[in-house]
Amino acid sequence: MPRIFAYVVHKGGIADDSAAELLAAARKIDPTGSVTAVVTGFGPNLDRISESLRASFGEVWKIANQSLDYPNAELIRKALVKVLPSGCFVLIPHDHFGIDLAPGLAVKLNAAFAPDILDADGSMGSNLNVVRQEFGGQLSAHVRCDVLAGVVVTVRPGAFKPAGSNPVVGLVVDKSVDVGPLSAGRRYLETVAAEAGDVDITRHNVLVSIGRGIQEKDNIGIAQELANVLGAAVSCSRPVVDAKWLEKSRQVGSSGKTVKPKVYLACGISGAFQHLAGIKGNPFIVAINKNPKAPIFQVADVGIVDDLLEFLPELTNKIREMQSVSAK
Amino acid sequence: MVSSAALSELTSSLESGRALFLAIHVLGTLTFAYIAWRRLIPLLHAERDCRFDRPFARLGKLAKFWFGQWKHPRYRTAGILHILIFTGFILLVIRSFSLLAGVSENGGVVGVSGTASHLYNVITDYAATVVFLCMLFAIVRRLVFRPARYAVPERYGKARTADAIFLLALIAVLMAADGLFSAAEAAGHLKAGQPAEALAVLSLPWVMQIVLASASLPTLGKLCFASYLVHEVTFYFLLCYRPFGIQFHVETSLFNVYFSKLERGTVKPVRWGMSEGQLDQIKSFGVKTFEDFTWKHMLDFYSCADCGRCSDNCPANAAGRPLSPRFLSIKARDYAFQHYPMFGKAGNGAPLIGSLFSEDQIWSCTTCGACEEECPLLVEYIDKIVDLRRGLIDDGNVPQSLQKPLKALESRGNPYGKMEKKRADWVSAKEFQQTCKVRVLDKNGASTLYFVDSITSYDDRMQSIARSTARVLDHVGENFGILGAAERDSGHEVRRFGEEALFEALRDHNIEAIQASGVKRIVTADPHALNALKHDYKGAPPVEHISQVIARDVKAGLIKFQPVANTNDVYTYHDPCYLGRHNLVYEDPREVLDAIPGLKRVEMSRSRDRSFCCGGGGLMLFYEPKEDERMGVKRVRMAAEAGANVIVTACPFCMANIEDAIKVAGFEGKMTVIDLAELADRQMLRPASPTVATSSLGG
Amino acid sequence: MEILVCARRVPDTSENEIALNSAGNDIERDELVYSINEPDNYAVEEALQIVARVGGSVTVVTVGSEDDEEILRREMAMGASHGVLLSDDAFIGSDGRGIAAILKSFVAKGNYDLILTGVQAEDGAAQVGGMLAAMLDYPFASLVNSIEVLDPKKLKIGREIEGGNREISEIDLPCVLSIQTGINEPRYVGMRGIRAVASVPIPTHGVSDLGIDPSTVGDAGGKVKRVDYFVPVLGKGAEMLSGSREENIDKLVELIAAKGGLN
Repeated sequence: MPRIFAYVVHKGGIADDSAAELLAAARKIDPTGSVTAVVTGFGPNLDRISESLRASFGEVWKIANQSLDYPNAELIRKALVKVLPSGCFVLIPHDHFGIDLAPGLAVKLNAAFAPDILDADGSMGSNLNVVRQEFGGQLSAHVRCDVLAGVVVTVRPGAFKPAGSNPVVGLVVDKSVDVGPLSAGRRYLETVAAEAGDVDITRHNVLVSIGRGIQEKDNIGIAQELANVLGAAVSCSRPVVDAKWLEKSRQVGSSGKTVKPKVYLACGISGAFQHLAGIKGNPFIVAINKNPKAPIFQVADVGIVDDLLEFLPELTNKIREMQSVSAK
Repeated sequence: MVSSAALSELTSSLESGRALFLAIHVLGTLTFAYIAWRRLIPLLHAERDCRFDRPFARLGKLAKFWFGQWKHPRYRTAGILHILIFTGFILLVIRSFSLLAGVSENGGVVGVSGTASHLYNVITDYAATVVFLCMLFAIVRRLVFRPARYAVPERYGKARTADAIFLLALIAVLMAADGLFSAAEAAGHLKAGQPAEALAVLSLPWVMQIVLASASLPTLGKLCFASYLVHEVTFYFLLCYRPFGIQFHVETSLFNVYFSKLERGTVKPVRWGMSEGQLDQIKSFGVKTFEDFTWKHMLDFYSCADCGRCSDNCPANAAGRPLSPRFLSIKARDYAFQHYPMFGKAGNGAPLIGSLFSEDQIWSCTTCGACEEECPLLVEYIDKIVDLRRGLIDDGNVPQSLQKPLKALESRGNPYGKMEKKRADWVSAKEFQQTCKVRVLDKNGASTLYFVDSITSYDDRMQSIARSTARVLDHVGENFGILGAAERDSGHEVRRFGEEALFEALRDHNIEAIQASGVKRIVTADPHALNALKHDYKGAPPVEHISQVIARDVKAGLIKFQPVANTNDVYTYHDPCYLGRHNLVYEDPREVLDAIPGLKRVEMSRSRDRSFCCGGGGLMLFYEPKEDERMGVKRVRMAAEAGANVIVTACPFCMANIEDAIKVAGFEGKMTVIDLAELADRQMLRPASPTVATSSLGG
Repeated sequence: MEILVCARRVPDTSENEIALNSAGNDIERDELVYSINEPDNYAVEEALQIVARVGGSVTVVTVGSEDDEEILRREMAMGASHGVLLSDDAFIGSDGRGIAAILKSFVAKGNYDLILTGVQAEDGAAQVGGMLAAMLDYPFASLVNSIEVLDPKKLKIGREIEGGNREISEIDLPCVLSIQTGINEPRYVGMRGIRAVASVPIPTHGVSDLGIDPSTVGDAGGKVKRVDYFVPVLGKGAEMLSGSREENIDKLVELIAAKGGLN
């Protein structure tokens, strides 16, 4: 079985949630082998992350380079190509960083490329079998990859549940010298923060979230009324922001906000993973959608097939009734 | 009596001024001719327009709307005022010309003598008086009472009250000068012992004559001269000034009415005189620059009297959308004046959108026709809006919210993007299918086609209208069927939103399917489809709305209704724009309602041809306008004001808008809306045993 | 600036129902309507806006068959100056890397300053842009939502990252960018425009024109193969409430209250 590497994304020396998921995915592919973490960066933050990863990874390859202080995928690719052995398996999270890094890396390593996998089975020798989704999550597919020359895999966030594993004391290997100086045709300038909106959805325990099913901007009032009686905020998925019905600050998802509410009402949201990636903390998810085949019903706790434009106002009225009764 | 000498004293000053008067005649006429010529120039650069056909029909319109001032009384006070002024003008115009031609023997009309001449003088004396008084009244009205529709909202520019009053005053001066001349001349003749024209009792000149009774002959002579001069100068000044403002309608109204559109509910072709096949050769579709308008549309701009009646009735304007038809015309007219000046080169070719008009303005129109219905000068708006939209579409300048349904119409033949094969799914609803079988037509089809159209076929709520319509047709034994998956959207709004090519594709597909089915007539419950099949489609069999069918069958005794269950309900009928205004079906739906025992019906203040648009249909349901309050919400409030709690409508789009508005207005539980076909279906008395009833058309 | 946009014809997600065919090896394609992949359309619009600012022309290329010409024509109706089809039997069954290799050989024959793709297509792989850049050794950036031309050799771009934030970078030309939806508002393409380009000839290039080794592309050359499609067994999934609306609401209110959602 070829060597498995997991690229660990970190911020301020703290590992991203994806690190544990990559480890779980690696274990799925090769239950017995040892997994090597690869981490890039510079200075004390890099030292910190390298240290902390020793508890879960047999080996931690550390690449320190000043130009890698900000994770520029173009530079990181060049660094990885210099140190990764041929024929290896590389796991990367399928997020904005992974999308930036992985395809080009696969080409440079002359390896196969398996993007956005939900499951894997590595037991067929020179082939790796993975499960992917297509058509916005409406269908799944079994995909076979010829991994004789290795493979670069990007892993769907949340697809692999981190497993408690036996604690390890891993070895930190400094690969910085093997990398040497780096330069690329793309240079990082700055990060522009999202505009703060009038409502901070990350601070709410209950969210009434709307998707394409709301159909028009004027219907958002229906969701707001429900939010009002619940003491909740209205959030949304990407299409609502693309249509300019709500500001970006209301968007839940991989390119929007990450929220950790107690109760999440997904109304007219299909359930594309980019949206679900923004929901953390395992809240109670209620899905209301006209389409019984919407992927959201696979992840929700409770599902109702109904027209949200009619359902929500009635729900609002019922709650209002109950509240006026209990107030007496 | 020193009569001749005295008389010559009177006329001497007039004689001495002959050269001056002649000079003013010539100068005034030449100036006017030049001005008229300059105003004509943009029309010569304009697109062609076919308005020379059917002269008798046009003369009929002229008689009714121009001469008969048919639309004016719709606003009572202004209407009466204008009728008086207009009548006065018509009567006086002959006198004015005779006055200019020269003074006749008895101060009467050249060429007519005796009693006729005298009678004419009496009439015109009163006419001048009435016009004079109307001017005073109008000035006071403008200054003191200030009717709201004359106000100019800030975004459209400055008010033109000063100019209006100036013109009113000048006309008053003209009347006064005319009166003074007659009075002075008559007084002078009397003083000189000559027979004088007897002035009409209590008319303006009659009053003036009394005042002048004590004046000396020389004074009277000077007054004659002065008043004649003032009259002449004022006359020519007005003549030359009118083409610079709203009073140009005095000259252009006759032509504007004569050349006005003869058909209702139609849309002008992309280019007159070009067949569809030739359209591919045109580089640019629609109106993008001023010169893309047809000459008649330019004439419309000249003819706008800035009366504000159109905008006062425009539902988009009332809702707070950036559309006001009045200012569309006035701004375009100002543009014409500015870019085609009296002297110098024409500055043409600048794009209109973004400078003169905004995109939102042009997309805001629901084509309801209220503006055209109201305008006393028969100015046309819908064709202009459609032409401007054609230009926007041609440039790819379409709001994102409209692009999706347009793309869906192209690929799936309906704006929802639903699959063609599901278009007839409403037929197989469980309970419905057991009681009513609806056939999808093939070659050996039926005599009648029920054209369902997209919203009624695919929308969960509107499918109930389809089922009710089918049950009604079934009940009267109509031999009918539907096109099913072969039906495409009628394309009515597609055309009116400027996507002519897509409309043609939809239309051609439907025509083929209709002809293949072999039907002799079409029935629909959708007024937009009705209008399309009637006016946009060539070669389609005759088409009727379901309300017309039901009304006829009720009269023929084929449909009987049971009494309403709840006698406390008060019903009101909302006229859909495309059934009422555009197709003149006002009474049939009301007759149906009145045939239901125990049904209490009230009329909203805006009904029939003054009905207030619900918000628009077809693609308008997808457009996201900037507005203060939805049209549908306003309409629902009107129904509540009329004391109704049930709104009856006969259009699926009205249904969609009004149902939605009831929720938004907070009337849920207090007001309901029902379609006429649904109501008929609900109240229809069905025989206990199935009997064969034949439809009023013999199946 | 000469801009190349790599586009793909896909089943339109909003106007189709995606279902498994009876054999279980593909989706039911009988009644599908196709259109250009939405992110690719945004890319073409962006390219058109760039050349409107700085001059140049836009070429749209796709790998496929004659059926795929319709998207090229549509983008030409939108304003692209050229449409190119890369078609050959040997290309059939190519995986993402194969497609990238085919595109690379076309790019190598031309002189493009900027290459754009949509961020991903219906298979959600988001791979061709990045692979193409690596094969060409051009700098790459994904999820681009803003482009500013600094000079003929440099762009300032914004990338969409987490939390709604934007990562701003400088990138050298020639480069490859994958474009995210929402970067602009694509103009409308009317039927008239499409009719006008209906008979414009579309140059087609095959294996020999491009000088590709056929063993590196197509079915044989691919390393990644989709074996089937399936509808996953729901597993736990949601507890579906199946009563009347009133019953559902009552039950739901109970559940929400139990989870601390009502205050």
